[in-house]
Amino acid sequence: MILWRAIAAAILFAGIPALLAGEIPPDARRSGYSFMGPDTRAMQDDDTSNPGMLFVLDGETLWRKKTGSADKSCADCHGDARSSMKGVAARYPAFDKALARPVTLDQRINLCRTNHQQATPLPYESRDILTLSAFVAHQSRGIAITAGEDPRLAPFVEQGRKLYLQREGQLNLACTNCHDDNFDKRLAGSPITQAQPTGYPLYRLEWQTLGSLERRLRSCMTGVRAQAYEYGAPELVALELYLMSRARGMPMETPAIRP
Amino acid sequence: MAALINVPAKAKRGDIIEIRTLTSHIMETGFRHTVEGALVPRDIITSFTCRYNGTEIFRADLFPAIAANPYLSFFTIAKESGKFEFEWTGDNGYSTTASASITVE
Amino acid sequence: MPTRRQFLSLAGGVTVIPVLTLRPLDATPAMLNTAIRNVVGEAPIRTGKVKLDIPPLVENGNTVPMTVSVASPMTLDDYVKSIHVFNEKNPQPNIGNFYLTPSSGRAQISTRIRLADTQKVVAIARLSDDSFWQVSADIVVTLAACTEELN
Repeated sequence: MILWRAIAAAILFAGIPALLAGEIPPDARRSGYSFMGPDTRAMQDDDTSNPGMLFVLDGETLWRKKTGSADKSCADCHGDARSSMKGVAARYPAFDKALARPVTLDQRINLCRTNHQQATPLPYESRDILTLSAFVAHQSRGIAITAGEDPRLAPFVEQGRKLYLQREGQLNLACTNCHDDNFDKRLAGSPITQAQPTGYPLYRLEWQTLGSLERRLRSCMTGVRAQAYEYGAPELVALELYLMSRARGMPMETPAIRP
Repeated sequence: MAALINVPAKAKRGDIIEIRTLTSHIMETGFRHTVEGALVPRDIITSFTCRYNGTEIFRADLFPAIAANPYLSFFTIAKESGKFEFEWTGDNGYSTTASASITVE
Repeated sequence: MPTRRQFLSLAGGVTVIPVLTLRPLDATPAMLNTAIRNVVGEAPIRTGKVKLDIPPLVENGNTVPMTVSVASPMTLDDYVKSIHVFNEKNPQPNIGNFYLTPSSGRAQISTRIRLADTQKVVAIARLSDDSFWQVSADIVVTLAACTEELN
């Protein structure tokens, strides 16, 4: 039923003459927040009713917990996250010199675990990586996104942009077909947003839990009947980087609520 | 795992105050199946109680239709300074508590 | 579910109560009715006093904000004992039971619920005189466009 509606909508889109993949002008950019109803907005606005804050609180506990054979906590090196992590998530994915490629915030946390805490990396989308990542990103709430400014990232931003414009899957849709050309229209009753990733990791009512931008990208790919890239795949990181650079200047909202 | 409790720190005697609680729990309904077809067993919070200086002032029975990470808001009259104690119990021996204090003037 | 004949005989026996509705609202499937009767017993259920706030168009049925309030002075001899919320089309008809006291001050509760589909939600309040009052609301649940498989 859902699938058929999605296909029907896709056929409608396919009938529209190919629009130029128009970039959204900076002053016309809108957070997913602006597409939500008043009740969902209220859930995000009040920290004592925002379920994403439960994860932030758990992340704070983990931040202070010693782990790995180095028996160190995040706080042992980074101190008070309120100052040391302020603005950090706003510039991720960031270039890693040793790897000579961009890494996501989740990957950075895991690099810290392996290199400095001598601990095993946390699995993608596990509760622990999400809570840590939410706690770190929450320190940037209200801060303008700066991702992609590092010139070493340029080829990766470009790779992400190409992926964003590339049609894929059985429905033969690119990200841009929905999120640049048709935002504000509806797909199976839900508004299509501009895909501005301002609040990740975020609490999706659909998921009933916190999830990463990669999880969201993967479900979009499943939605257009494409084979989703694996978590941590260079393509997903490049897409994440492009999307964050596309949202440059917009304020972070972590932990956001989305339907 | 975390719980978020919102009780005003101070109130005037006789004030009607709102208490809000949010707690981490998946609230697995027991009606879902895995991709392989196996039933995911029910795992929910079934009961919530709030006591004000030892006296029960609010209680709730929860069912699988309550969303994950249960949120509850209710009211009480601020009568005296003291402590609110919250208790959630559920399937598989689940039990967790939290508390918050209030100064009533 | 009481038949019309039972209703008449029941109403005949309790002449002092002005019965506005005896059965729960129409078009409620048997499961919902049974769940309601499990709480209410054979007592009449009147319409009124109860207010149910749910967004009429829900953005995601997995997490739906809901507030139930009851017009009551909340005094020692006139208060709301409990609030019971039911749904029509989830696998199970119960949503929650909420027990209040005169010291609640205000007969109002909020929570977040799951609605598997577009359906009716019924809220029933039991007052201190053991009378039952109800309200119902029809909620439209929009389906998410791109859903994931359970992993």
